Amino acid sequence: MNLTLKVWRQKDANSKGEIVAYDVKDISEEMSFLEMLDVLNEKLVAEGDEPIAFDHDCREGICGACSLYINGEPHGPMNRTTTCQLHMRSFKDGETVFIEPWRAKAFPVIKDLMVDRSAFDRIIQAGGYVSVNTSGNTIDANAIPIPKEDADEAFDAATCIGCGACVAACKNASAMLFVSAKVSQLSLLPQGKVEAEERVKNMVEQMDHEGFGACTVTGACEAECPKGISLENISRMNREYLKATVSPGK
Amino acid sequence: MSVLDSKIPEGSIDKKWTNHKNHIRLVNPANKRSIDIIVVGTGLAGASAAASLAEMGYNVKAFCFQDSPRRAHSIAAQGGINAAKNYQNDGDSVYRLFYDTVKGGDYRSRESNVHRLAEVSADIIDQCVAQGVPFAREYGGLLDNRSFGGVQVSRTFYAKGQTGQQLLLGAYSALSRQISKGKVKMYNRHEMLDLVMVDDKARGIIARNLVTGKVERHAAHAVVLCTGGYGNVFFLSTNAMGSNVTAAWKAHKRGAFMANPCFTQIHPTCIPVSGDHQSKLTLMSESLRNDGRIWVPKKIEDAQAIREGRLKPTQLAEEDRDYYLERRYPSFGNLVPRDVASRAAKERCDAGFGVNATGQAVYLDFASAIERYGKEQASIHGMNNASKDEIIAMGKKVVEAKYGNLFEMYEKIKDQNPYETPMMIYPAVHYTMGGIWVDYNLMTTVKGCFACGEANFSDHGANRLGASALMQGLADGYFVLPYTIGDYLADDILTGKISTDQPAFEQAEKNVNDRLETLLSIQGSKTVDHFHKRLGKIMWDKCGMSRNAEGLKEAMVEIKALREEFWKDVKVPGSINGLNPELEKAGRVADFLELGELMCLDALTRNESCGGHFREEFQTSEGEAMRDDENFTFVSVFEYTGEPGEAVLHKEDLNYEAIEVKTRSYK
Repeated sequence: MNLTLKVWRQKDANSKGEIVAYDVKDISEEMSFLEMLDVLNEKLVAEGDEPIAFDHDCREGICGACSLYINGEPHGPMNRTTTCQLHMRSFKDGETVFIEPWRAKAFPVIKDLMVDRSAFDRIIQAGGYVSVNTSGNTIDANAIPIPKEDADEAFDAATCIGCGACVAACKNASAMLFVSAKVSQLSLLPQGKVEAEERVKNMVEQMDHEGFGACTVTGACEAECPKGISLENISRMNREYLKATVSPGK
Repeated sequence: MSVLDSKIPEGSIDKKWTNHKNHIRLVNPANKRSIDIIVVGTGLAGASAAASLAEMGYNVKAFCFQDSPRRAHSIAAQGGINAAKNYQNDGDSVYRLFYDTVKGGDYRSRESNVHRLAEVSADIIDQCVAQGVPFAREYGGLLDNRSFGGVQVSRTFYAKGQTGQQLLLGAYSALSRQISKGKVKMYNRHEMLDLVMVDDKARGIIARNLVTGKVERHAAHAVVLCTGGYGNVFFLSTNAMGSNVTAAWKAHKRGAFMANPCFTQIHPTCIPVSGDHQSKLTLMSESLRNDGRIWVPKKIEDAQAIREGRLKPTQLAEEDRDYYLERRYPSFGNLVPRDVASRAAKERCDAGFGVNATGQAVYLDFASAIERYGKEQASIHGMNNASKDEIIAMGKKVVEAKYGNLFEMYEKIKDQNPYETPMMIYPAVHYTMGGIWVDYNLMTTVKGCFACGEANFSDHGANRLGASALMQGLADGYFVLPYTIGDYLADDILTGKISTDQPAFEQAEKNVNDRLETLLSIQGSKTVDHFHKRLGKIMWDKCGMSRNAEGLKEAMVEIKALREEFWKDVKVPGSINGLNPELEKAGRVADFLELGELMCLDALTRNESCGGHFREEFQTSEGEAMRDDENFTFVSVFEYTGEPGEAVLHKEDLNYEAIEVKTRSYK
């Protein structure tokens, strides 16, 4: 198939960007979306142009490096699919495809389609862990039974890949889904409950500090999340936050 | 005496590690604060090492080329992590895990290291659970296990098909905690481009900030390489796009010997190649072989009909299918080790029984598992008269709970529903058992330079068992290196800060800059990927699943010529300043073009078949690998001398005291 791509090109963080049109030809349905961009980049390099910069690494939907708004949707048209898992069979011959970077104040563009998501790292550094030393001298792993449903729920929250699609999808560029996934995972497990109150306060504070917007519960984040992280996590985080800030003795 | 001193402690196998820990030198807490350590790579080994070293009091600088340490490729590991917990009461023990791993590695790994790995394995699970890693649990609330290839117990802990992700996020959270305390300084989007040596010791690295393009000097008292494997030398592999050998290769050129570089794991269950555009291959976890049955048609005309689309696999009667692993290896069946399963698939496809258009695929079928689980569910729910459809529906639910995300992944790539029709799979490059040679303390032949995880060679011999990579990465990072590194650093407590303002740093920085400028100045006619693909094809055809002397000799000549062509005709756009992914790739492919030749030399030197290294000249009449213990019970350790094809071979003899070396049989 042949496609017209309209791609955001931006030299660096300080330059002004613009949409540039490219034609790509003989694209096979079996190609992934990023392989289609590889084809374009090979052509650009051969012609002496600079290839389009985009983040990607594992190309199997787990590392969270890839991003992209594709026709206005984070990670493109398929539900529960990262851009690297999207295949060209989802597009039609002759179609025009708009490709842009994540748009959020807290995710500044580095170049072309690549953005800086280190704000997510700093939120985790603010408390997204259990304060246990790595000595191995802990208790036996089976000493505390954990109800299967709690473990499964914690796992579901923990599958967040930190790609930032939730922020990109939100009209307020809120990071609540990302933050609440980590808060939920740890507050559902006995190991994480010990410092749950401090954790939620610190992580929320860092989130606000990074310049993410507020949550108005539109649910766009859940709809676009490639891992299907549930809005329930946001409710749980709100409860945890309330418990930590307004309960008696606080 | 050999130049290689493996420093294996005295004593019986089960006492070595304890004795060693009791007697190696320590650095006291106050002195740790004046010692700096660089950790390169933030996968399971790197993140766990950086976090542990920082927690002990050292000042750590950690580097990763990704935009966040959480994205290291350990994250993609699917199936699980082994540990000798014996929670299932099926007779498991430290000894059995040790024995299985040595046997699985086809008796080419260092016994003492493997035993240590088995000893610390149980601690890893305790540690991860304490960190909030959500492993799969049973209804009673205790941890669940499953079985992996090459063993007869259930010792694999897992988190659906995302075990690597959960373990890495656990290590990343420990690392993040130390970053927040200021004990680790994290450098994202930085790539190590040289190792700096001062007075014969590793004292720092040269790294390029991939965003600004600036080449930087970083000094430390020791450098720890946790830079993963080099499977991308084959172009197509299950590795991430960025996975590379550059950091390890630079260390090699500075004097770190490479061990068993040709020992490559070709994983049997990957999604087959679909065309020339393919940029990488996707693994389907080995855990699927717990329930999936591998087969091809029994009759060649059926295989042909399937390839031409005239016949569907589901139409083929049971007696017309060849479950070749169950046929050839009745006692292990579909759960034979990876090297054996891969070769068996290649054998059937080469004989004309492949089932996709290219003839390079076999089936992995869940129909009988779905039926079996469905019947079990019917029995649990007292449905004595359940219809076939009800049974299948219930069985699908069970299979979905176990492998749902893998099935989804497959469907996204192939656009076929594996609940309804068998998956198609084929072997692909996955893991490199070879790597930088290390002694028992995980130190390389360069003083002060250490290597952990997949980057080193030590634990998996010629073939790694499933669910052992995660175990080794975390064992090295959490529990081995943090102790052993003290033995070296004890001499450095009075050294004081290492300055980057020294001739060695200046020279290394200049070399790095010159090389980058050279790559940009060639302005030839072919892209970096063009060369990478050609290298990959040579490697796959001649140093892949099976090798022979003639092919390897040809490959060495071809790779050398390709390397020369690369340095004359590669085209790298852009400049050294600022982000330039093509320049990053060019540097990595240039190093792969040297490594590839060394791998072929190693494969050519090893005149035997063992584990993943299958030399066609050395096989039994049944086509099984034929080891030569008399002449090849050693680690091949290569010293760089200026040309990769002329590396000098040193041998570390392998002595098996606790295990009797036998012919490996899974029949």
